[in-house]
Amino acid sequence: MAKVKANKTPLVRISKRTDISGWKALGIRAIAFVAALVLGGIVTAILLEGNPFKFYSYLFEGTFGTPRRIWKLLQDLAMLLLISLAVTPAFKMRFWNIGAEGQALVGVLAAGAMIFYIGDAVPNGVLILIMAVAAVAAGIIWAVIPGIFKAYFNTNETLFTLMMNYVAMCLINYFINIWVTSGSGVLGVLAGGHFPVIGGQPQILTIIIVAVVTALVAVYLSRSKHGYELSVVGESENTARYIGINVKKVVIRTMILSGALCGLVGLLLVGGIHYTVTADLVGGNGFTAILVSWLAKFNPIYMIATSFLVTFLNQGATFAADSFRLGGSFSDIIVGLFFFAIIACEFFINYKVTFNLKSKKKDEAKAAIVTEEVVEEVKEEVQG
Amino acid sequence: MFASILTSAIRFSTIFTLGSTGETLTEKSGNLNLGIPGIMCAGAIGGIIGENIYIQSLGSIAEISAFGAIVTPLIFSMIFSGLLGAFYCLLTVTLKCNQNVTGLAITTFGAGLLSLLGNRIDKTGFAQASLFFTDGMDFASKLGGFGQVVFSHGFMVYFAIILAIIVAVIIKRTRTGLSLQAVGENPATADAAGLSVTNYKYAATIIGSMIAGFGGVFYIFDYLGGSIEYTIEAYGWLAIAIVIFSVWKPNFGIFSSLIFGFLYILPYYTQVNFAQMELIKMVPYVVTILVLIVTSIMNRKESQPPAALGLTYFREER
Repeated sequence: MAKVKANKTPLVRISKRTDISGWKALGIRAIAFVAALVLGGIVTAILLEGNPFKFYSYLFEGTFGTPRRIWKLLQDLAMLLLISLAVTPAFKMRFWNIGAEGQALVGVLAAGAMIFYIGDAVPNGVLILIMAVAAVAAGIIWAVIPGIFKAYFNTNETLFTLMMNYVAMCLINYFINIWVTSGSGVLGVLAGGHFPVIGGQPQILTIIIVAVVTALVAVYLSRSKHGYELSVVGESENTARYIGINVKKVVIRTMILSGALCGLVGLLLVGGIHYTVTADLVGGNGFTAILVSWLAKFNPIYMIATSFLVTFLNQGATFAADSFRLGGSFSDIIVGLFFFAIIACEFFINYKVTFNLKSKKKDEAKAAIVTEEVVEEVKEEVQG
Repeated sequence: MFASILTSAIRFSTIFTLGSTGETLTEKSGNLNLGIPGIMCAGAIGGIIGENIYIQSLGSIAEISAFGAIVTPLIFSMIFSGLLGAFYCLLTVTLKCNQNVTGLAITTFGAGLLSLLGNRIDKTGFAQASLFFTDGMDFASKLGGFGQVVFSHGFMVYFAIILAIIVAVIIKRTRTGLSLQAVGENPATADAAGLSVTNYKYAATIIGSMIAGFGGVFYIFDYLGGSIEYTIEAYGWLAIAIVIFSVWKPNFGIFSSLIFGFLYILPYYTQVNFAQMELIKMVPYVVTILVLIVTSIMNRKESQPPAALGLTYFREER
């Protein structure tokens, strides 16, 4: 074993802090966001050997350039927000549900299946209701299975839900291949089950639904008994058990809520946006949602801001990539850099870093002064 | 027929063996690195860049030598995947950020990096270079079916198996390995016993990332023969599944990878339609879930995930 060096204070001391002011925390996050943008500009400049400022103008042009792009931004924002809301109650409970992708996909599958099998037999209004029930039920089933095993056998939920994603993807491809007899593997636009268009824009209904759900989830988490119970379970399972909370029940109930919201995502994707079924309809949003929810500190209202930032960067960088002819993966890199910057900045919000180099010298100087004072006093006493 | 299926299953399973061995080593330190798919992509792009630099440095393609064509991409791959692994540690160990979130961000980034740079790189000479990877042993053809199954592969297939065995032995039989397990099971206790939790986590994650990164190099230069495809991310997720399937033991990982590889290529050898193919593809995931459930119900100590898996360790929070 290494010899312990005496009196060695580490250069950097890290301690937890809980007293940071809201403005300071916001400031640190803003710096991180700007840093991510600067990094993105540098990456673009290196790749293209050119002007980084073009990148920033493309970011805004791609998101706010035309009314069509603004509507797309709002719609993507709403969908990302909804799926982020879906994972949030589970995360607050420290149940790492990374299966939102699969839970939304089975919602897509269930909604699509209803259109495919009974779309012709019932009127559109009834069909939409049946689709809603089916999608939400499918999402619940997909989420509650890992929940039950976690509650009763403590099965690792991160790995379980991760695997369920791929089962859902295979399942969806299986049904598409059964439905499409031509062998092309592409299901065209389904005829029935389209949501009504409100106010001339097909996106408005989706946005309204998501806004209502955001408010409901915010109230559920901060004002209801259920919300309180799940945050206690998240903070300390032992405390929860001690004060008489049925932990198993809370885990299963919360996963039902998570799954139901994911099912709703699937329903909106099929009935309100794409009117078809493919395995990449959720498009990785189930994974992005985890980051969005975490960045917002599991607060539904902050989540509006974080999902806006992610959607903005994604859409803007995709537009920039098309304009520069860089290919679709460019936006992945930009969003990845953004996440790195924000993840790293959380450290400076949660922890205080103290450098011991300066303070040590100061202490020595202080000690020297104190010694001198003592010596003076002693001298005076002796003289007196 | 069966021999040829088995041969390609063994070959294909190498990417899983490397990925899962790297991830097992990482998870033993308590780091649930969900960035492994991205790190395998980064390893692949490192290999591609290394090979490109090596070929560019030659006067003509005729001067290509086995040593340079193999070693340069491997070294570059180690640099790329090692850096991403170190970055994961910087965020999760030093800066104490959430492991799941960091891992997912790394996967997004790594996959983006592969397809962005992979599209733009000059691939001349890659086909010749890949011959050095795919060449099997000379006597393989003389031994008939057996020789084909066992000896016809490129060196990385054997390299992966040896690496998995070495990692298994280190984890189970050496003092370092036992200390590593202690860090993954209970970092506070390990810390109290005088082990440096930070050093063990960094070392295990960086070495694990490098091993997983080799999986990307293998896929590009051996399996695809020097062309570039972007499906590595999906294999990375399967590698994480194999870690569970092999109950955190790299020596089981070799056989688990073989089973997964076999199931993955089986549809291409059988007369099934597209729909049935999807069902066969589903089997590995369903079986992994069953293994996860059964091991958690049986609750045997030897087949559990490391107890502190996915948790960040902060000394002052004990």
